[in-house]
Amino acid sequence: MTRVLGVLGLLIALYAALILSNPSAGKADNLIDVANIQGRYGLITIGAALVIIVGGIDLSIGSVVGCAAVLFGVLMEGGIPPVGAVLLTLLFGLFVGLANGLLITQLKLQPFLVTLCGMFIYRGVARLLGGTVSRTRALEEHPEFADALRQVRYVLVGKDATGELIFPAQFLLLLLAALVIGYILHRTAYGRYWYAIGYNDQAARYAGIAVDRYRIVVYVLCSFLAALAGVLLLLDMPSVQSDSGGLGLELYAILGAVLGGCSLRGGEGTAVGMVLGAMVLPVLENLVSFRGLKSDVIPAVIGLTLLLGTMLDEWIRRRSHPRP
Amino acid sequence: MNFTMSTPRLEVSGIRKQFPGVLALDGVSLQVAAGEVLAVVGENGAGKSTLMKIIAGLYPPDQGTIRLDGQPVHFASPADAMAAGISLIHQELNLAENLSVQDNLFLGRELTWGGRLRLLQTSAMHERGAALLQQVGLPADRLGQRVEYLSPGEKQLVEIARALSLQTRVLIMDEPTSSLTHKETERLYEVIRSLKQAGVSVLYISHRLAEVQRCADRVAVLRDGRNAGELRGADIQHDQMVRLMVGRDLKQYYPRQHRRAPSGPVVLRLDHFRYHGGPDHAVSLEVRAGEVLGMAGLVGAGRTELAEAVFGIRPWRSGQVWLNGQPLRIRHPRDAIAAGMALIPEDRRHHGLVLEAAVGFNLSLPNLDRLSGLLGIRRRQERRWQQEWIERLRIRTPSADQCTALLSGGNQQKIVYGKWLARQPRLLILDEPTRGVDVGAKAEIYALMDELAGQGVAIWMISSDMEELLGMSDRIVVMHEGRVAGELLRDQLSEEAVMQLATGGMAASAHSLPRDAAAPANASGAPASS
Repeated sequence: MTRVLGVLGLLIALYAALILSNPSAGKADNLIDVANIQGRYGLITIGAALVIIVGGIDLSIGSVVGCAAVLFGVLMEGGIPPVGAVLLTLLFGLFVGLANGLLITQLKLQPFLVTLCGMFIYRGVARLLGGTVSRTRALEEHPEFADALRQVRYVLVGKDATGELIFPAQFLLLLLAALVIGYILHRTAYGRYWYAIGYNDQAARYAGIAVDRYRIVVYVLCSFLAALAGVLLLLDMPSVQSDSGGLGLELYAILGAVLGGCSLRGGEGTAVGMVLGAMVLPVLENLVSFRGLKSDVIPAVIGLTLLLGTMLDEWIRRRSHPRP
Repeated sequence: MNFTMSTPRLEVSGIRKQFPGVLALDGVSLQVAAGEVLAVVGENGAGKSTLMKIIAGLYPPDQGTIRLDGQPVHFASPADAMAAGISLIHQELNLAENLSVQDNLFLGRELTWGGRLRLLQTSAMHERGAALLQQVGLPADRLGQRVEYLSPGEKQLVEIARALSLQTRVLIMDEPTSSLTHKETERLYEVIRSLKQAGVSVLYISHRLAEVQRCADRVAVLRDGRNAGELRGADIQHDQMVRLMVGRDLKQYYPRQHRRAPSGPVVLRLDHFRYHGGPDHAVSLEVRAGEVLGMAGLVGAGRTELAEAVFGIRPWRSGQVWLNGQPLRIRHPRDAIAAGMALIPEDRRHHGLVLEAAVGFNLSLPNLDRLSGLLGIRRRQERRWQQEWIERLRIRTPSADQCTALLSGGNQQKIVYGKWLARQPRLLILDEPTRGVDVGAKAEIYALMDELAGQGVAIWMISSDMEELLGMSDRIVVMHEGRVAGELLRDQLSEEAVMQLATGGMAASAHSLPRDAAAPANASGAPASS
């Protein structure tokens, strides 16, 4: 439990600062808006965290998000009904994860390199598919999709036809995913195996664990969640550009995972921590915009705050876990 | 040779060192004169390595003094000790494998010019490096080679060369020959002789008593963290050393109660077995139910590799493996475990345990299939089960949640036993079953092995500890350079016979012996050694 105290403290401080900064910032509308974004970040953070737990890294997340969003739009423009397009896009995510996992486990390539290449490849694929995709253009070409798309959008991101956010569906999706992943991680043998592989894959192998298979599963999960985040992105936003959609999200996801208690050395992390870690960044962005700061300072403020957060976390960890 | 002991080069007295749960040293004293070779012998866990680490500044002693040329010294770090002229060559060599020999020789003490710029004087280092290598009998062309491509013997010599470059006056060698070939060992002796002539004092730790007999001027014997006696000159005899080292009835220490002739059904049979990356020789052997098959051989003889291959860690190449009469194909340790095998690996820290995780985590790891239900792990049952095994194996830990790394070596090893015994294996492969384990835990592990053999478990025990091999085995297979060099039955077991075969010699009677002809009916419980 001490592992999540640091990020919990940071989160409470940020929410307090947000609510005090501006009367309208503390209103339910704004908080739900933030929660919606937190949900999307959270999904990819879970993916990144799982990969980190088994001792790997996935740098292709952001590109997969962008590529999936563009693919989703292009599929609908091409006449695939929304539900089918969602499923095909998720299938694309599974395929990407399988490719990453096989390259890393079977060809014994380094995860950093494989996924760095993936980052370029899937960004490139997104650009080849098209420059900008938007829901309105898909509907212009296929007006018969309007009903289905509205329903999909309501279920997955909680926005009605007018674009009003009714409920934070993405956050509920995150909670659902965290519940499932948390159960696997903390209550089943598979989770134990993931931790064992991350701590010491040799010992895991000597204990009869199919190390490669479990690693592949984790990369597949990670890319699947990234593709899901891509679908959500296009459903949430009016349009997505192939060269900027999801750009840099892999770093946000990794940061969220580390803030949430994952060690980049592998073997550590909890589902609760992942959710809390993912919640930090959207609150911070919201806070910066409410303070009326110029958007130019956002990256610096984010970097400094997160650095502070990791320092706080490390300090708490050292105090609670004295190691010889 | 005559050593004046008036002011010894190095004198340690009354050294005491307590580790959590173990009193490693209890008032040990030693003296070494300049140009003297002092062998320090004792069983595993007698405190030899700890004492050497204290002398070399790796651990501070709790009590006692160290004097160098009569002056009391206190080392806060190995660097202090090195500056004073004391170098320790570890059992596990401490070279940077990815760097060249030359880089290693000068690591941290590079010859440089240009002041703070620290530009390397490559040619000067090459010159000095060549001279250093010459002193240990290595050709100068080794300087540019990456250390990982050297043989274990060459690495050892590089370590010695590095120590020489430090103006070492006291050189400590911890099991220097454990991974050397016969030829390399001879070369090491030559180097030691020349060091002696140069006035360097050598502390030589070894289990190989024959070697000690050859190269030591004097032998100090340690037992259970105390001085057990000293031998010099003509008194340095094998039996004398063993008597001082053991200091108790071997029969009691190696409690084989259930010893029987190898007559049970064959559990594991290797028939012309070969694996990828292994030697071209095919290996054939059998392990029977209820027997302890000892496997002897020098390090590098391919014993660990063979066991790992059978267990599915290395891919198979040819031959046939039978388990309980069934032909078997193993591609992954998973298959071996499903077939009823368990392997307790040599390298506990890397292969046997997840050190960072809790004791319970490690116990459960290969048993989660049995502790899980439809809804995942049954946590209450798991905790009860973990507690049961902690008690059954007398693992000394405050709780199942304790971090494994914080336990002593013996208790860690017991966790490895626990996690596998819970699966009730029919074949138990033990690779160095008591390495780095204190004397108390060792006796418990031996008793456990005996009990398992009594229950009909087939035990294949790989060991480099001669006393352990002779004390525990019903039969010994000796490996040499990847092949079975010979097999020794109960009444043929002796240290000499094993060493003959292990070093490539022929034990005339053993090799050609038909397997079942001379199986002695549960002969004497007494081990054949000493």
